[in-house]
Amino acid sequence: MAHVGDTQAGNIPLAEVPDVELYHPKSWITKYVFSQDAKVIAIQYSCTAIAIGLVGLVLSWLMRLQLGFPDTFSFIEASDYYQYVTMHGMIMVIYLLTALFLGGFGNYLIPLMVGARDMVFPYVNMLSYWVYLIAVIVLTASFFVPGGPTGAGWTLYPPQAILSGTPGQEWGIILMLVSLILFIIGFTMGGLNYVVTVLQARARGMTLMRLPLTIWGIFVATILALLAFPALFVACVMMLLDRVLGTSFFMPDIVEIGEQLAYTGGSPILFQHLFWFFGHPEVYIVALPAFGIVSDLISVHARKSIFGYRMMVWAIIAIGGLSFIVWAHHMYVSGMNPYFGFFFATTTLIIAVPTALKLYNWVLTLWKGNIHFTIPMLFCIAFIVTFLNGGITGLFLGNVAVDVPLSDTMFVVAHFHMVMGVAPIFVVFGAIYHWFPLMSGRMLNEGMGKFHFWVTFVGAYLIYFPMHYLGFVGVPRRYYEVGETSFIPDSAADLNAFITVMVLIVGFAQVVFIFNIIRSLIKGKLAERNPWNATTLEWQTAEFPPGHGNFGDLPVVYRWAYEFSLPGVKDDFIPQNLAPNLINMADDDDSVDEQVAE
Amino acid sequence: MVLAIVLVILAIGSVVFHFLSPWWWTEIASNWGSIDDTIIITFWITGVVYTVVILFMAYCLYKYRYRKDRRAAYEPENTKLELWLTGLTTVGVVALLTPGLLAWNDFVTVPDDATEIEVLGQQWAWSFRLPGEDGVLGTTSAKNINDDNPFGINMDDPNGYDDILIEYDDLHLPLDRPVKVLLRAIDVLHDFYVPQFRAKMDLVPGMVTFFWLTPIREGTFDILCAELCGIGHHTMRGLVVVEELSAYQEWLQEQSTFADMLASNAERRMGKKIQLTKNQITDVAR
Repeated sequence: MAHVGDTQAGNIPLAEVPDVELYHPKSWITKYVFSQDAKVIAIQYSCTAIAIGLVGLVLSWLMRLQLGFPDTFSFIEASDYYQYVTMHGMIMVIYLLTALFLGGFGNYLIPLMVGARDMVFPYVNMLSYWVYLIAVIVLTASFFVPGGPTGAGWTLYPPQAILSGTPGQEWGIILMLVSLILFIIGFTMGGLNYVVTVLQARARGMTLMRLPLTIWGIFVATILALLAFPALFVACVMMLLDRVLGTSFFMPDIVEIGEQLAYTGGSPILFQHLFWFFGHPEVYIVALPAFGIVSDLISVHARKSIFGYRMMVWAIIAIGGLSFIVWAHHMYVSGMNPYFGFFFATTTLIIAVPTALKLYNWVLTLWKGNIHFTIPMLFCIAFIVTFLNGGITGLFLGNVAVDVPLSDTMFVVAHFHMVMGVAPIFVVFGAIYHWFPLMSGRMLNEGMGKFHFWVTFVGAYLIYFPMHYLGFVGVPRRYYEVGETSFIPDSAADLNAFITVMVLIVGFAQVVFIFNIIRSLIKGKLAERNPWNATTLEWQTAEFPPGHGNFGDLPVVYRWAYEFSLPGVKDDFIPQNLAPNLINMADDDDSVDEQVAE
Repeated sequence: MVLAIVLVILAIGSVVFHFLSPWWWTEIASNWGSIDDTIIITFWITGVVYTVVILFMAYCLYKYRYRKDRRAAYEPENTKLELWLTGLTTVGVVALLTPGLLAWNDFVTVPDDATEIEVLGQQWAWSFRLPGEDGVLGTTSAKNINDDNPFGINMDDPNGYDDILIEYDDLHLPLDRPVKVLLRAIDVLHDFYVPQFRAKMDLVPGMVTFFWLTPIREGTFDILCAELCGIGHHTMRGLVVVEELSAYQEWLQEQSTFADMLASNAERRMGKKIQLTKNQITDVAR
């Protein structure tokens, strides 16, 4: 295992990372508001993302009230419902998950974990956040304009998105498109930073194959985003032109309520290709950072090196590459050339192989470990269960013939919530419980954490597992009400009511979580320097919590990030930057007890 | 410990739920049994993997839970095991993909003897067009659509006049005859979805899409729209009646053609004019 577990100093590459002159803040405003410190920017990104995410959460409650108890809430009309659906989806996918994983965790962890003082372009990094904030404000503004936000579905398919049969056609859709364009501009500034920092600013000895998987996940996800978002950017600009100037990029001859419109010659399917060329990599933009983070958390809390590190890295890269040639599996019934189905079904099922391997390796990391059931570990296990479940239903939907009956039903809703909603969110929770001590110097309350975990995990499973079967029955998605049909049994309404009740209970648990964060910030138990005995560099900073510039002298890295329970060593972990001559070797007659007790 | 037990319950509970829950697919009414078969195969393969992985994880959580006197094993890699797992997963994927792609091959291969019919979608209603005695649908364009010509049939095309038009009424299909369903929308995307047929496909303005099926069971089935098409999406319903050929032909006789419709429109317009004249006379008389 010399390639991964090498503790020899001689293995350090000679490349020197020059120390950089940082802009040091001179006032409160430049320190906490217009800050160029990646850690402050990370917190700004995270708080904004979580705030808008809470709006998305409330929208989901409103939606579920309508689905669970139709005809009960008279204030929810069909147009409202479609607006909730649209805004919930867009907020959760883009403005919460993408921003939180890359803008939040990316900003916080990349410089710390690669051993850099900050991002390489701190000023651009700051701009990235402020443009993101404007994007969120523009998005929020659409709730207050005449006609309200767009109700076109988060996929914004034209012609429907810009025609009058859809709510928010006046202003909502315009603000949505402008907001997305701004988001992409902001993200590009941040994204370039993340990639360049990982490639250029790693500490001495931090070879690519010694990077923690968290960084690998965020790094590859950022590359995907930099390549995929331009497709969405182009699609948004074109649709904006179609809506505002009356061009016909996506608009063919259209007769709307008996009236011939002036559009001609455009292609609605072109939009779908552009959207999903972005949209499928987007799934992995959210998933890969989650893959990376969960690998690290499992390894730390099971006190065992991640199983098959090299395979894990190559799987991340393979998944990233493949994610660009599977997009049309979202379009099997779109009316595109049906022969595409053969190609896209094959590529989609191939992607299951590296994904499954990652999953096996997480489980095999637990195998023969010494598993601490900390809150981060609990959420990692919940992630494995829900991700496995969602991945498996992906094998249904990716297999073109099987997709035909299931597409556009509640099966799809259950699938993508399990795989890219619930599963990555569990990683977010695990990561917050894991790194909160680093960010704040205090521990989160464990009792509330356990309550949060159990209600969220069991509740989410009870929401989404049975939902697949509604799709099997044939209940279509995006329906304000199912009404009378000959094929949906009355019991489906009972199931819908049950799901709604569960949603509200799980929602309450999130309120407890937010309360826990606020309370622990003020009077949480003070954290030790390295409370989980982790090996990675973010726990080895000069100050705790880390201050501007992160480290005293830049660290030198001697080994990979997974040196846990190495035989013959006294402690059950060796930090990446611990010089080989400082490693505490176990005496021959030391009992195992003393080794672990420290 | 508790978590290990919960995972066991979750794995077993999911399997039990799968077999006992009252929610399952509708009885199939088309030739796409191969799709159902692929789904069953997928359920078995993935179900076994799901249960095994969760149970194995539960075992690990129980067996290797933290104990003060234990140290985790040091085993960063196991190439042999990883290759085995890669191989087995690949076999599983091939086992899923093969029946899926075979079914898809049938799906994209329309039989030569399939009758063409047209479904026209607009916010928020279904209309249908069947070929007349010539067996050919007339060509269309959205540009031709007006009050007299709701389907946009090309007036220069002689094949169009005998086309049978069904507006805002049920579609009928003969039993055991393959049908190629041509799909057309005039405003936004829609999706022709009959759960019992298994097949569905989007209607896209500006182009004609299609799928084919052979109805194999008599009955009246709901048509739903499965592609978000605006505020009335959930109200866009219709019915399709599958019946014996003789009953179908009887129904067909009662439907009117494009030519009939043009004639009756003209008549009505004349009638209106006569009505108008009468009123004017009355007015003058007053």
